[in-house]
Amino acid sequence: MGLKEFIEKSFKKSPWVLHYNCSSCNGCDIEILACMTPLYDMERFGMVNVGNPKHADILVVTGTVNTKNKEVLKNIYDQMPDPKVVVAVGVCAATGGVFREAYNVLGGIDKVIPVDVYVPGCPAKPEAIIDGLYKAAEILKEKYEKMGKAEEVLK
Amino acid sequence: MMREIIIFVIAIALAPFIGGFLNGIDRKLTAFIQGRYGPPVWQPFYDVIKLLYKQKILVNDFQVFSAYIYLLTAILSIGLFAIKADLLMILFVMSVGLAFYIAGALSTKSPYSQVGAQRELMQMLAYEPMLIFFAIAVYNVTGSFNLGQIMKHGRLLFDLPLMFILLGLVLTIKLKKSPFDLSTSEHAHQELVRGILTDYSGPYLALIHIADWYEMILILAMIAILWSQNLLIGVLIALATFFVDIVIDNITARMTVKWMLAFSWSISILFTIINIAYIYFRR
Repeated sequence: MGLKEFIEKSFKKSPWVLHYNCSSCNGCDIEILACMTPLYDMERFGMVNVGNPKHADILVVTGTVNTKNKEVLKNIYDQMPDPKVVVAVGVCAATGGVFREAYNVLGGIDKVIPVDVYVPGCPAKPEAIIDGLYKAAEILKEKYEKMGKAEEVLK
Repeated sequence: MMREIIIFVIAIALAPFIGGFLNGIDRKLTAFIQGRYGPPVWQPFYDVIKLLYKQKILVNDFQVFSAYIYLLTAILSIGLFAIKADLLMILFVMSVGLAFYIAGALSTKSPYSQVGAQRELMQMLAYEPMLIFFAIAVYNVTGSFNLGQIMKHGRLLFDLPLMFILLGLVLTIKLKKSPFDLSTSEHAHQELVRGILTDYSGPYLALIHIADWYEMILILAMIAILWSQNLLIGVLIALATFFVDIVIDNITARMTVKWMLAFSWSISILFTIINIAYIYFRR
């Protein structure tokens, strides 16, 4: 295994997860916390829950975006260094769910930031969330490869 | 001279691998104690390599400088240890690096970073006296600060049993293990976000992780020379201390900065006085 392959593998094996509750009902948040418990243990994939956007690779968002917190969400996304992946957990984050028609709700979080993985469910199951995070780790690796290619083109 | 250069290079090349591996075992063992499966043993290397190739985001240029100085002094102190230089000099080189590490965190405006840096300063205040006391006690037994001279005394552990306990305590504070995990809030406690590391990101965080591994190896090496007659036994003693630290990490809760200072100062002064008195009475 050469150095390049090892770097790519590192991106897949070490995704650090940042969780942001975007006016969610806490249903999905409890399920995300359940992923860290001994029963599901997401650290076996190298996923660590971090509280700092500057260290994070994957942004996990639950809940709908409203006019108040769209700036916060955008701000957190902008603080993360590239390559970064966004996972929308639950139907609220994906489309707005039952709150879609509410006057203050913009809809799913893809109205504000680009989303890579959608995890459906109300609330989403821990198995589904871990599945989505694993998929996100693969996308992270792909994004790193694309970053390398883009740099070669720019040279 | 040539031989010393070769030993220097080998030591600074091997130390991060051993440090990262020990860190991986630490995470695996912690997972085992908590009833989880845990990450692979090579996980710290994946983390560091990933961080090294992330995008560089900077708050100011001084951070870059301080991260590099921290790594450089950590490497230098391991190298100096390997060529059996002066014990006091090694300790001072180590503290210079830490001063830069803290100054780099203080140079940003983030309140989390500031609080973390101040706590790290307090941690430094807690363990630096212990290390100096250790050097003094070693001098009392061997009559020298030079590691080559010190290592001629085969079993320092019998002369300095209490200083060995103090070194174990230094290791716990240095690794930011649980009763003392004040400055970075390890283990996903996020009330300080990431404390002193908040504004170090991407490659610079990786540099700091590598420097931390070097410093961990340095403290373990200091424990190992307590049995320099057969260094293999010394290494085993150091590893046993490391495992006891992991267990302590898992069975204790975090304490406050004030408690840490009071505890570490009282225990270090008490143990040092008793141990030095013991050395005098044995003569």
